[in-house]
Order: sequence, then C-alpha cells, then structure tokens
Amino acid sequence: MNVHEYQAKDLMRDAGISVLSGGIAKSGDEAVTVAKKLGGSIWVVKAQIHAGGRGKGGGVKVAKSLDEVKKFADEMMGMTLVTHQTGPEGKVVNTIFVEQGCDIDHEYYVGIVLDRDTSKITMMASREGGVEIEEIAKESPEKIIKVAIDPAVGYNAYVGRKLGFGIGLKGDTLKSAMKFFEGLYNMYIDKDCSIAEINPLVTTKAGDVVALDAKLNFDDNALYRHPEIEKLRDVTEESAQELEAGKHGLSYISLDGNIGCLVNGAGLAMGTLDIIKIHGGEPANFLDVGGGATKETVQKAFEIILQDTNVKAILVNIFGGIMKCDIIAEGVIAAAKELSLKVPLVVRLEGTNVNLGKKILEESGLAITPAGDLADAAKKVVAAAKGEA
Amino acid sequence: MTILVGRDTKLMTIGVTGKQGTFHTLQCRDYGTNVVGGVTPGKGGTTHEGIPVYNTIKDCIEATGANAAMVFVPPPFAADSILECIDSNIPLIIAITEGIPINDMVKVKSALKSSKSRLIGPNCPGIITPGECKIGIMPGHIHMPGRVGVISRSGTLTYEAVYQLTQREIGQSTCVGIGGDPVNGTNFIDCLELFEKDPDTDAVIMIGEIGGNAETDAARWIKKNMTKPVVSFIAGASAPAGKRMGHAGAIISGGDDTAEAKYKILQECGVTIARSPAELGEKVAEVLK
Repeated sequence: MNVHEYQAKDLMRDAGISVLSGGIAKSGDEAVTVAKKLGGSIWVVKAQIHAGGRGKGGGVKVAKSLDEVKKFADEMMGMTLVTHQTGPEGKVVNTIFVEQGCDIDHEYYVGIVLDRDTSKITMMASREGGVEIEEIAKESPEKIIKVAIDPAVGYNAYVGRKLGFGIGLKGDTLKSAMKFFEGLYNMYIDKDCSIAEINPLVTTKAGDVVALDAKLNFDDNALYRHPEIEKLRDVTEESAQELEAGKHGLSYISLDGNIGCLVNGAGLAMGTLDIIKIHGGEPANFLDVGGGATKETVQKAFEIILQDTNVKAILVNIFGGIMKCDIIAEGVIAAAKELSLKVPLVVRLEGTNVNLGKKILEESGLAITPAGDLADAAKKVVAAAKGEA
Repeated sequence: MTILVGRDTKLMTIGVTGKQGTFHTLQCRDYGTNVVGGVTPGKGGTTHEGIPVYNTIKDCIEATGANAAMVFVPPPFAADSILECIDSNIPLIIAITEGIPINDMVKVKSALKSSKSRLIGPNCPGIITPGECKIGIMPGHIHMPGRVGVISRSGTLTYEAVYQLTQREIGQSTCVGIGGDPVNGTNFIDCLELFEKDPDTDAVIMIGEIGGNAETDAARWIKKNMTKPVVSFIAGASAPAGKRMGHAGAIISGGDDTAEAKYKILQECGVTIARSPAELGEKVAEVLK
C-alpha cells in the first residue's frame, strides 16, 4: 500500500525523524492559511499524488510570497499531473502539501528495501541525491553505499557510520544523519514498510539533516497489524475495480487490450496473458480468482471484467486443484445469465471434477466455446475478439 | 530414490484441525502419504479424523517420529509455527500459507541458516513424489511416476506443466513448488542441485516468473554444474513494469528482471526455452530424445 508524501512525513515526525513543518490544503486560500501558520518567507507547494517525478511534471513549486503560494496551489488543485510513473493518463491532484522552505547545501539519497538475493533488509545511501537512483545503480553502482542488516543482530551504530562516512558526512552533520538512519530503519521495521525512500535527503546551510521528499510503501500482508496505516489509504489513488476485486479475494489488474481473462493462480494467470499475446491478442486484464473461489466470487469476477467496455471476448482458464471445475462452471453460468453476457466466452477447464464441469456447461444451453488445451483456448479467444468466431 | 520426500516420509500437519488443514491432510493421506500426527495448541491429547493431535511440535515428533511438517497456519501465526519447527530440528518444513508478512519471513530465513531444517515455500502448492508421497494442495491424480523433475514458483502453472507431461506419458520424479514470495526457504538452485545428484531424474522443468534474480542465478549455476537438460518457461512476458501480478515476488522493478532478460540469460546458459506455457511438455519430450 502507498501513502502520500505528507502522510509519510507525519509518520516520520511521530517517529522522531527529521522532516520540515508543513500542512495540507484543498485550495489556494487554504494553502495561504497553512503558509501563514508556518511562517517564514519561502514555501514549497507540492501536489500530492501516488507517483514520483512530480517536480518535472509541474507538481512541485517554490513560492517566494503568499500570492505565489495561492497561485501555485490553485493551479495544481484538480490538475492532471503526468509523470514517468503515472502513465500517459496521469493522476488528478486532490490535495496540496505546503511545506517550509529550506536552504539546501547538498542533496543525498537514502533508501531501505528488502534485498531478495540475501533476504535481508538493506539500507542504501548515495551522495548523488535528487536524481533517479536506478540510473546511478546502472551507471556507477560504486556511488551507492549498501549495508545489509542481519535480523538477528538488528540495527547498530556502525550501520549509520558506514552510510554517513560513505556519503562524505562529518562532525555534527554525521551525527544528525546517523540519528536519521536509525530512526528510519526502526520505522521501516515497526510499521512493516516494503519501501522507504528519501530522495532527496538534504543537509542545510544551517547544518541540519532533513528529508525533503519521502516515499513509503507498506507490505499489504502486514496491514492487519497496522490499522493506523490502513486508515491512511487514499481510495481515489487506487483503481476502483482493483479495490472492488480485492474485497472479494480476487487479484485484478487492468490492462490495455480487449480480451478479458479469468484464471486461477497468479502464475497460470500470467502464463495465460503471455499465450494470448503469442497468438496475436491483447489481454484486457490480469485476474486471479485464487484458490478458494466460490460461485459468487466467479460471478463477481465477471462483473469486474465486464466493467471494462473494451472487452470483446472473455477467456476462462481454470486448472482445478483445490478449486473444483464444477463450481467454476456453475459460477460461469450464473454470471452469463445474470449479466446477460453479450461477448463471446471461451472456457478451458482442467483438473479436479473436470468432466462434471464440462457437462454442466454443455447442458446450460449457453453459447460457450469449449477449449481443449491452453494453446487451443488462446487461439479461440483471439479469433473471437477479432470477430472471427 | 527421488528428492526430499518419498516412502520414508512421516508427515505431521501444523494447524491440522483447521478447515484447510483438515481437508488437505486427508487428501495427502488418501494419496498414500504416511500422516503420523498433527499439532494444534490446546487440542493435544485428542484425535482428529484418526490423526493424533499434540500441543507442540516437539511432542508430536517425540511421539510419532515425524520427519516432515506441513504448515497450514493462518498468515499472522505462520512464521511463529515455522520457527517452532526449526527449533524442533524437523528436517523438512513445507509452508503452504499465503500472505505471510515479508519481515516475518526475513526472520525465518535468518533462523534457517543455522538450523538443521529445510523450508519449502511459503505460498506454495507443496511437494510431491508421484506414487509415493504428496505434501501439499496439488491435485494428486494428474501426476505420474517417472523421471522428470519439476521446480516452480507458481502453483497452477506447475499443474499445467505436470498435466502436459502426463498426457505424453512422461512421468515425474519429484515436483517442488518453491512459492511466489520474495523470501522463500528453498530456491531453484537448491532443487537443481538435488535433481542433478538424483539418479532417478533425467531432465528438469524450471518454471519461473518476472521479478528478482532467482532464475538468472539458476541459469548461471546450470551452465557451471548441470549435466541434465533443463527446460524453462518464465511467466509474465506480457506484464507491465511496476504492476504486481498477484504474487508478491512477481513485479518488475529494475530492467534485468523482465521475462525477456531472463530468457536471454537462460538461453546463453544452455537452457531450453519454452516461450509459451503450452510448449512445456513438447520441449521436455524433445530434450529426452
């Protein structure tokens, strides 16, 4: 799960990690109120969306007067911000964050993430902050200092020293940075983050160390033990269909094509998308009904797939293990009837109770195209989507 | 002989009295697995579906001689159960549970390193040696005893591969689901090493996914160490970057974890590639000729 920058910074502030003061606004006037309360003569006005690269898209502006605060906030509020992470359709700005300005001396990068090769939480820091860390990782990996943290040992001061000296800090700045690193690591563990990225972390002319931006992601599997994080969910940032699917135990991702897919298991679902492409079709979605699907969840899955008006044909591909083919068949029939399905439907069933499932489909009297194997299913649904069936 | 499980395996189920635990334990027993006991704290001393239940894993091992544990405990408590298995020195742990927090698994992985236990999973279908022993949730009837090893990050895609083999009357020595999570107990290389040493395995199918370096690491290991042919499919060639495709591990984050990048390295390392999941059976038949 993602949160906004201002929410991430609230969490960091509560954990004693150094961030600037700021507040949120929904209009230019509100932004001015926030700026007045913060005081000073320079403010940063920031569009709050769940994507990086906001600066380049016009979503981060430095205001040198209250008039500018109002102007920038009014401009950003409601605008569709397009960055390299939003996709071409962009994201609508619903919240503005107004933050104190600061006198930047140098920009650094700090990140925490799981290193899948070592299965250890790994802290990274670089002197080259404020830019795409992926670029640095590719072109000059030696500029990124990495420390893997053994879960049995936990965080120790040397981690902060290694990172801090590694990026060229010294004296009081080093001490402040070490406090920052330790605070961030503890928060990562306490809140079950899956990514904590501070880009940039800055040192100020006054010698402070402070997070200028903050990106936190949380492990969805651990949200059950963090109701305080779950409360921060901004549903306007998430796809309505993906949320709806999640509520029913379905895993759905919308794609650009016109062939709706209903599959059991993530791997087979991915494999089904792949084979549709190999046969010249374009999938409209990824949908994994999971292992415990019932007649009702299959119906729900059809509803969600059909909300996408691009869908010209649907492929159901089920390999019954825990899942029984007859249950799927009943769900398919109920959905086809209730939703008065108009697009062609290709069904491939295999595994547990397959003969019973096929019999139920045959006797339903519905126009369902049965498919033998995986390749046959892909060919048939691609033809159907092109209107050739 | 096959790898990891067989006729000598004595299975206990952790979370044996739960709905899923009960159903699948009985399925395993029906398949022929020697189910010797189960653990549900607080229900020790009772019998469930003819299976003696114990309060702790240690009690169960001492009373039954169990040498493998199947974990069916819900995600909030699953890591704790795996740690109890490790503490009890059980040689083989199979964790079926899906949705264990990553940080919990980081701790488990650390505990495994200095232990006598091997973990398979979590978030996996389990392991089966056809005709001998099934531990997990896979449909037993699609398998057939034989000489091809199967290793996979995915559940249903493994069934697909196995089914294609069985249709062609190519049997399987052992099929291992290593799971779709970013932190797991046993990886591709661990299994490849066992299959390479196993005199009853002639070829291996390795089913990977987008995300992470597990397949490319395996490819390099194969090039250096493997004498038996390996056929591989990578799911997710059509997946867009940054979107998590169901499995916590299946997300493209950098440039080197796409299906295309993995295929390229696999091919360079002498692995036979199946670009379509429908070709797995056919490709295995070719390499066995």
